[in-house]
Amino acid sequence: MRELALHLLDIVENSVSAGAKNITIEVIEDTRRDRLRMSVIDDGCGMDADTVAKITDPFVTSRTTRKVGLGIPLLKAAAEACNGFFHIQSTPNLGTRVDVEFQRSHIDRMPLGDLAGTFLGLLVGSPEIHWIFHYCVDDRQFEFDDAPIKQELEGIPLSEPEVLKFLRNTLELGIQDVQSAN
Amino acid sequence: MDKIKSLEDLKRVREEALKKREAKVVTGQKQIIVGMGTVGIAAGARETLKAILDFIEKENLSDIVVRQTGNIGLDSWEPIVQVIIGDEPPVTYGKVTPDVARRIMKEHVMNHTVVKEYKIET
Repeated sequence: MRELALHLLDIVENSVSAGAKNITIEVIEDTRRDRLRMSVIDDGCGMDADTVAKITDPFVTSRTTRKVGLGIPLLKAAAEACNGFFHIQSTPNLGTRVDVEFQRSHIDRMPLGDLAGTFLGLLVGSPEIHWIFHYCVDDRQFEFDDAPIKQELEGIPLSEPEVLKFLRNTLELGIQDVQSAN
Repeated sequence: MDKIKSLEDLKRVREEALKKREAKVVTGQKQIIVGMGTVGIAAGARETLKAILDFIEKENLSDIVVRQTGNIGLDSWEPIVQVIIGDEPPVTYGKVTPDVARRIMKEHVMNHTVVKEYKIET
């Protein structure tokens, strides 16, 4: 995977599989501290301490369980290669929080990639989940909460063409606006 | 982004969508499922999903349900897309690049002709 947005999509899939009803995704770029952090916070089924310890190790993960595959070890390695870290906190029945941080200017740091496309796919592909996306670069922020949109739509599916256009525009413009800071 | 303006836009969006849904007779439901496990994502499933959503938007297609799902278990065929039309049995496609996805949308979803070259026999 050549984009952070694809790694993000991959770890969010774990939250979806964990049966989360609410998922918050944060991407925070801090140019002054030279850090880039991505966080995924869910209220899914969570994991016990043993499982948490195992999932970052590609040689322990059992393929038959299929809860987590190679995605996490790869992302962890990528973060650590960029003076960063990968951290996961989980409580059974309460949820999981994943934080992954990079040195923003590190030469090996993957580009962020298509954040809008990633968010749109998640939003439309799993409409039963309440999504919150938060993206900021220094003081510029974009916050997207799908609850008021779904309420306004009163049951019209997100995959209707007019709605898709609205969502795509909102996400693309919001993200562009944040990125125009630098 | 101006929140109030965007909610007003949304009201208009809703009314347009409602008008269109009332105007047409709803035929059998069409469902498209894209596999989004680690392997699928690495093989390009996000671009496939985007191509499908773009197609719906550009061709102005109503009443199509698009879903994503975790790993389907056919790794070497990723990206995988399943098409279910009404009561017909699901058709599973493999190695669905954005170009193939657009073909499936046009030929299968719009014109009811299965794209045989990419169909996986399961």
